[in-house]
Amino acid sequence: MNLIELKDIFKTYHMGEVDVPVLKGISLTVEAGELVALMGASGSGKTTLMNILGCLDHSTSGLYRLDGEDISGLTPDGRALIRNQKIGFVFQSFNLLPRTSALDNVIMPLTYTAADISDREARQRATELLQRVGLGDRLHHDPAQLSGGQQQRVAIARSMINRPKLLFADEPTGNLDTHTSKEVLEMFQKLNRDEGITIILVTHDTGVARHAKRVVRISDGLIEAGAVLPAAGENDGPKGGAP
Amino acid sequence: MKKWYRTIRTALHALRRNVMRSILTTLGIIIGVAAVIAMMEIGRGSSDAIQNTITSMGANNLLIMPGTAASGGVSFGAGSAMTMTPEDCDAILRDCPLVRAGAPVVRARTQVVYAGRNWVPMYIYGTTPQFLDVRDWTALAEGEPFTERDVRNGSKVCLLGQTLVRELFQNESPIGKEIRVKNVAFRVVGTLARKGANMMGMDQDDILLAPWTTIKYRVSGSSASTANQSASSASGSGVNSLNALYPSASVSLYPAPSDTQAADTPLPVRFANVDQIMVAAQSSEASAGAVKQITGLLRERHRIRADEPEDFTVRDMTEMTKALSSTTLLMTNLLLCVAMISLVVGGVGIMNIMLVSVTERTREIGLRMAVGARGRDILRQFLVEAVLLCLAGGAFGIGLGRLTSYLVHSLLHWPTALSLTAIVAAVAVSASVGIVFGFYPAWKASRLDPIEALRYE
Repeated sequence: MNLIELKDIFKTYHMGEVDVPVLKGISLTVEAGELVALMGASGSGKTTLMNILGCLDHSTSGLYRLDGEDISGLTPDGRALIRNQKIGFVFQSFNLLPRTSALDNVIMPLTYTAADISDREARQRATELLQRVGLGDRLHHDPAQLSGGQQQRVAIARSMINRPKLLFADEPTGNLDTHTSKEVLEMFQKLNRDEGITIILVTHDTGVARHAKRVVRISDGLIEAGAVLPAAGENDGPKGGAP
Repeated sequence: MKKWYRTIRTALHALRRNVMRSILTTLGIIIGVAAVIAMMEIGRGSSDAIQNTITSMGANNLLIMPGTAASGGVSFGAGSAMTMTPEDCDAILRDCPLVRAGAPVVRARTQVVYAGRNWVPMYIYGTTPQFLDVRDWTALAEGEPFTERDVRNGSKVCLLGQTLVRELFQNESPIGKEIRVKNVAFRVVGTLARKGANMMGMDQDDILLAPWTTIKYRVSGSSASTANQSASSASGSGVNSLNALYPSASVSLYPAPSDTQAADTPLPVRFANVDQIMVAAQSSEASAGAVKQITGLLRERHRIRADEPEDFTVRDMTEMTKALSSTTLLMTNLLLCVAMISLVVGGVGIMNIMLVSVTERTREIGLRMAVGARGRDILRQFLVEAVLLCLAGGAFGIGLGRLTSYLVHSLLHWPTALSLTAIVAAVAVSASVGIVFGFYPAWKASRLDPIEALRYE
């Protein structure tokens, strides 16, 4: 079943009187349980595409189905609800709340959840997640007391707190060294494998993209390669020819 | 409910993350509210003191005068009807709850003699001890006031005003001395404190107070003329040698009854009228109500039908009451202005810091939006933060303000009065300052675009 279905997505920014087309008709499908890398040079439109996929922005025209639901015409509040229920984000710069313990950082998104979760349940869920990312002994540490890799793992735990179907990672290793990058990427692979969460890695680094089962290349607002899932048997290596 | 609880917890958490800044922000409100409370309490104290002063000038006094009597088309002027009795005064004290005190007054104007000196005081008032209470004059310079018992007995005792003391006694103490009022010897039991001139410039210390029974039956004899009775007839007691030359108007038409006759046929108790009744209302605001109560009561007592005019007039001190209320109003408005200014300054401080905070936390706002916060969630969070800051500031401000006014009271001995309205107003105003001045920054935060907020450096 297709978790994401994009059809002819256009996005045009208006800079004064000049229209700047960024996405020029993108069609893409992602099945549930995939681990996809979204690659492209800067200015190629990959960030815009990620914003639209992540419901942070809306397209100028085109159809976007997420989990069988047409969400291209939603209001900002409606998109906030979708983000809260179905999507998790991991950012390049971690974006943890300063002077706030790892546990509270992980619990934070639950503040905006409509579902009735008691405080104790929330803490328990957050503790489990932190244990799963290997930070069970650092629940009450501030971000300042954690290393970059640990911070990113807290961020991953945070993105999982609402049990999303879809996880976006925007250059998740951009601020990390090679060793911790590998750890974090393996964490994504593990989550994808064990939990069946669909993960989209946005990156310009082929080394990162190599960890994905499929690579979608975007260039100048159009998808160059990888728009559909490759046939079975081919998905054990990166597609799209990493040099 | 849970949402609000979470929002408040989040807000508290955010405030705790930057304790120093929160404290400094609140400081504006703390000082504002403390200033309001302290100003209100000190101001209320001063205002009360001013009110007391004006009240002691007689702002809450009411004067009940008998109406005019007329005979054959000739009117005798105000106060000439003989229908006002001391019982009217008792009834007023008993049945009019807005009246604090009251005393009947019998006036006389005659010569007062002590040793080689004499003087005609402006006021010779026959009254009851309550008169001192009515006129706020209970603190005597010397001695004691006369008593109700003196009034019942018609005792020949009197209180002297300071002018009279100066004119008759110079440097002596008058206590226990005997003065003669129209040839009646009065023992001086006390002297009144200095009161000075009234609003019309009349010397209020030029006064002699005695039981009304004594003045009525021993001195004045007839009702109340303000004429100088010492110039007209002296009573027939014969001390004045001129009596023989200029006999008084009282000509005996009938033979004097013998002692036995007098004992057998006692004269009925004479209907005693008084010249006026002075009444103090509970407060100057209550005087209008008191006038109404007194008018109703006296109409009933004097059996005046609904369509008939009253045989008395009740006068209040409108001029003074006006001065009093305008003073109070002025004080209140002045304090209100100061309070508003300091609170607005505090509010602008809050807005300033909240704007800085929104800018500084742009990325946090972006993140919260990315994980599903709607614009209104962000708006609510920042509003709650501002209101919490203001409420905390209000609470500390109340404490600080009370402390300040207590210190002012105990160290400087300024009068202060606890003002509950000030406290309630301060809390309400600080909360609304939080909402009003917190709204713009919160609104700005809620309008942020999550994508740009996340990229904000």
